[in-house]
Amino acid sequence: MRDAAVIRVPTRASRAIGEAAAAWVLCAPAAISLFLLLLGPTAALLLLSFTDWELGAPDLAWIGLGNYEELTTDPVFRIALRNTISYVGVVMPLSIGLGLAVALLIEGGVRLRATFRAIYFLPVVSLLVAMATAWQYLLHPTIGPVNRLLAMVGVAPINWLGSSDWVMTSLCMIGVWENLGFVVVLFMAGLTAIPKELYAAAELDGARSALDRFRLVTWPLLGPTTLFVVTITAIRCLRVFDTVQALTRGGPNNASQVLLYAMYQEGFSYFRIGYSAAITVVFLAIVLLLMLIQTRILDRRVHYA
Amino acid sequence: MRPGSEPSLLADLPRLALLGVGAFLILAPYLWMLLASLKPGSEIFRDSLTLWPERFYAIENYGKALAEVPLLRFLFNGALVCALILFFQILFAAPAAYALAKLRWRGRDLLFGLVMLGLLIPYHVPALPLYVGFARIGLLDSFAALVIPFSISVFGIFLFRQAFKSLPDELIHAARMDGMSEMSIVWRVVMPNAWPAATAFATFSIVAHWNDLFWPLIVVQSHAMATPALGVLFFRAEEAGNDVGALMAAAVMVTAPMIILFLLAQRRFIQGIATAGLKG
Repeated sequence: MRDAAVIRVPTRASRAIGEAAAAWVLCAPAAISLFLLLLGPTAALLLLSFTDWELGAPDLAWIGLGNYEELTTDPVFRIALRNTISYVGVVMPLSIGLGLAVALLIEGGVRLRATFRAIYFLPVVSLLVAMATAWQYLLHPTIGPVNRLLAMVGVAPINWLGSSDWVMTSLCMIGVWENLGFVVVLFMAGLTAIPKELYAAAELDGARSALDRFRLVTWPLLGPTTLFVVTITAIRCLRVFDTVQALTRGGPNNASQVLLYAMYQEGFSYFRIGYSAAITVVFLAIVLLLMLIQTRILDRRVHYA
Repeated sequence: MRPGSEPSLLADLPRLALLGVGAFLILAPYLWMLLASLKPGSEIFRDSLTLWPERFYAIENYGKALAEVPLLRFLFNGALVCALILFFQILFAAPAAYALAKLRWRGRDLLFGLVMLGLLIPYHVPALPLYVGFARIGLLDSFAALVIPFSISVFGIFLFRQAFKSLPDELIHAARMDGMSEMSIVWRVVMPNAWPAATAFATFSIVAHWNDLFWPLIVVQSHAMATPALGVLFFRAEEAGNDVGALMAAAVMVTAPMIILFLLAQRRFIQGIATAGLKG
């Protein structure tokens, strides 16, 4: 027995060392690439946003908040910021409202459930650039089916993507089309998690109508899901880029500029790295702000489940 | 809704009708894309709203799409890039996730904190410095440039860690008793037991990278390296891009692989992307 005790002590210690060594070996590839490809470049981006560096320029100077000051007076950036915020402000609530309605309708019965879920989800897995091209054809001012349908009811042709009055509306429509299925699937997952007995209990307590049951059971219990869906959808909307690149390139006359497209143009077309970095920092700041708000609300309020 | 109390078809009709209208609106772009890809230009440009093609022009449209730009090459590139990215993501993420979930060591909380920090950063943020870096070492316009930035997936680490944590410790102790190294425990014991997480992650990763435009647009210039998303833009820049029928044919061909995969493995796809949405 004594011998065993003597032997066990060093074994335990060496196992702890062995475990730590093994852990470092296992984590090394991930940790190194995490620094080299994500955290390091992000730190570099922050630093670059305080410089006037342009790609190809021999040297760079520290200009402090110079780029950020320029942002406040840059008309293109102001349009991009305003458009991005209104894009989020339109697409996010519409996708969530319609998505919740669709999820409730699909969950409201058994027939064709999988079929509908698959159909609504289809845009999420589809190559957005290709589908944007399909939308371009649908929305074409002369040969597009949408205008031809409208012509049948006497509406004059609309230049959906070519006029500055309509272009953001069109992009928002495509945005809702693209995000709806994502929201539907998340809400369906949230709805199946609600215990069925609660509906029976609510009915016993006098919640006769479907609306009452929604107000008393579904909506409160869906609280945490809704909060997630709001944040995730807002961030997805904030990243709008593909449709802009494929359909409008920010035009006409900057009417459809958005944050990531402005960042892309400044950085990769004009090679103004420092300035583009400052736009990216603004983009990151908005993403972080949204996540912070979510965490705050989560901590404080949504404790139903 | 009580189980087993399926309403009659008649009572169910309003619900189905509403969902049907919505489904039609969702499917409309697919429908017109597909039909236009089967029509000659003269019918597409004709001043009326006809659905079904009078003259089938599929061979011409699809032939032109394939001849004008190397579409098959784009599809191959897309598949290769997605496969390589997924391979490296799992290769890097799974061992780290195992160490974070099941081993006790100093630095674990720090690394996990950094992973959580990484989860907050959209991939557009490091793009600019990465581009400069790849330009410096002359790696632009290569598979390396398309794959390397995504070889680390903080979301993958997070997801696998969750999955590994729920596995019983006895499983791992038993494997150690058998003399397995920690690395072989990861690949031969832990991973096979976390299959749902792995497939969910795989579908999420494949969809994200097949459909990604932003990064390929930045680093790729040549047709030889183009992925499907970029291929669509290249095609439109060519003369054939004005031929709506051929353009729609090209769009159908690059969209089809993901849709077919999705229809084959719906459940996995939805699960994968929904988990990503909820936790990423």
